[in-house]
Amino acid sequence: MAKDVERLERRTVWHETLVQGASLEGTAVLLRELVAHLRQNRTQLREEWARRITEAKLLTAMSKDEIFAEATAVYDQYVEALETGTFEALQAYARSLSERIIPRGVETHEVVGIVLLLRDVLARSLFAKYQADFTKLDRILDAYEPAANRIANTVAVGFVQERERVIRQQQEAIRELSTPVLQVRERLLILPIIGVIDPQRARQLTEQLLRGIRTNRAKVVVIDITGVAAMDATVANHLVQTVEASRLLGATVIVTGLSPEIAQTLVTIGVDLGKMNTVGDLQGGIEQAERLLGYKVVPIGAAS
Amino acid sequence: MEVPVLKQGPFLIATVQAALTDEDLVHLRRAMVERVVIARSLGVIIDVTAMDIMDSFASRTLREVAQMIRLRGAETVIVGIQPEVAFAMVQLGITLEGVVTALDLEEGLNYLQEKFSSSA
Repeated sequence: MAKDVERLERRTVWHETLVQGASLEGTAVLLRELVAHLRQNRTQLREEWARRITEAKLLTAMSKDEIFAEATAVYDQYVEALETGTFEALQAYARSLSERIIPRGVETHEVVGIVLLLRDVLARSLFAKYQADFTKLDRILDAYEPAANRIANTVAVGFVQERERVIRQQQEAIRELSTPVLQVRERLLILPIIGVIDPQRARQLTEQLLRGIRTNRAKVVVIDITGVAAMDATVANHLVQTVEASRLLGATVIVTGLSPEIAQTLVTIGVDLGKMNTVGDLQGGIEQAERLLGYKVVPIGAAS
Repeated sequence: MEVPVLKQGPFLIATVQAALTDEDLVHLRRAMVERVVIARSLGVIIDVTAMDIMDSFASRTLREVAQMIRLRGAETVIVGIQPEVAFAMVQLGITLEGVVTALDLEEGLNYLQEKFSSSA
């Protein structure tokens, strides 16, 4: 009994493989026919596509000639991917295309939009060609749709990946524009912070500041956060940590430039800034630091 | 590893030479608290430049030393905490609250000298 079932199963499997093989064969034949059709009508379909791109107001950042040139290249790559079933060339092209158009402000929806338009244009032409023979049309579409969807997918993913790469690159660049630790007087450092503080940057800032304190033998540090747009509990705690770590090295920290919004946020979320020495603006901070260090700044006239 | 304690004028200077075990720390605490009165010192400096780890026990002991020495009538300054150590300490929430800290031995001596020359 068990043996019978096993044999039956094996036969079923074998049968399915056969059917699949046959349908694969059929798909290949159909795809070849499809590709031949697309090659024949290349000029007309390409123009139709370019027209629809302009009509849909996609790729507005590019001129008509550019759109047409790119459309031609994409069209040929598209047909080739359909023919060979390999997507590497298309992928590489999508990446280089993205590299060219991203700096010009082309958006993801535009790229996805044009690829979907091409799919539609080609599908329409297939409808037109095979409208007499519905079963054939059905089989042609069976062959065409998965391949077309995969192409659309490849191009969109390629574009998004390229975009993400650009974003990552920019993030790194921003991080490298790290905050300078500047000596304004002997034993007095200022640390102007501009932009967003994330945990990574906070860590880097603190390390840099501590190293600066040691090398410059600083006694007072003014941290100016006028350029920090927003602050949450995490960032505030980083700031408190920076202040405490500096104190362990024997330096007093003065924080300046807390905006009304930040002050409100900090009070609302209840961050304890009691340990922090705060002064309204950078000038006041430097003046207080000078007092702490025993400097007295007077106009030349008043000194004599 | 015992910590050598030197007398320098009115101040005592303890220089930690290497990483300390908990026992060494306890020993250091007792030695400092005893010697501060025997030597009639006004201030004590503990130099931790050589310590590359400051755990909670070490920092608590240092804080206790400072508090005990204050009760014995002198001032304590901890000097030479390394930037990396300071960073690790605040991340662990160890802040040596209430203890005076200075960059290095020179700074610590300056601090004490100023303090006692102004009060004298």
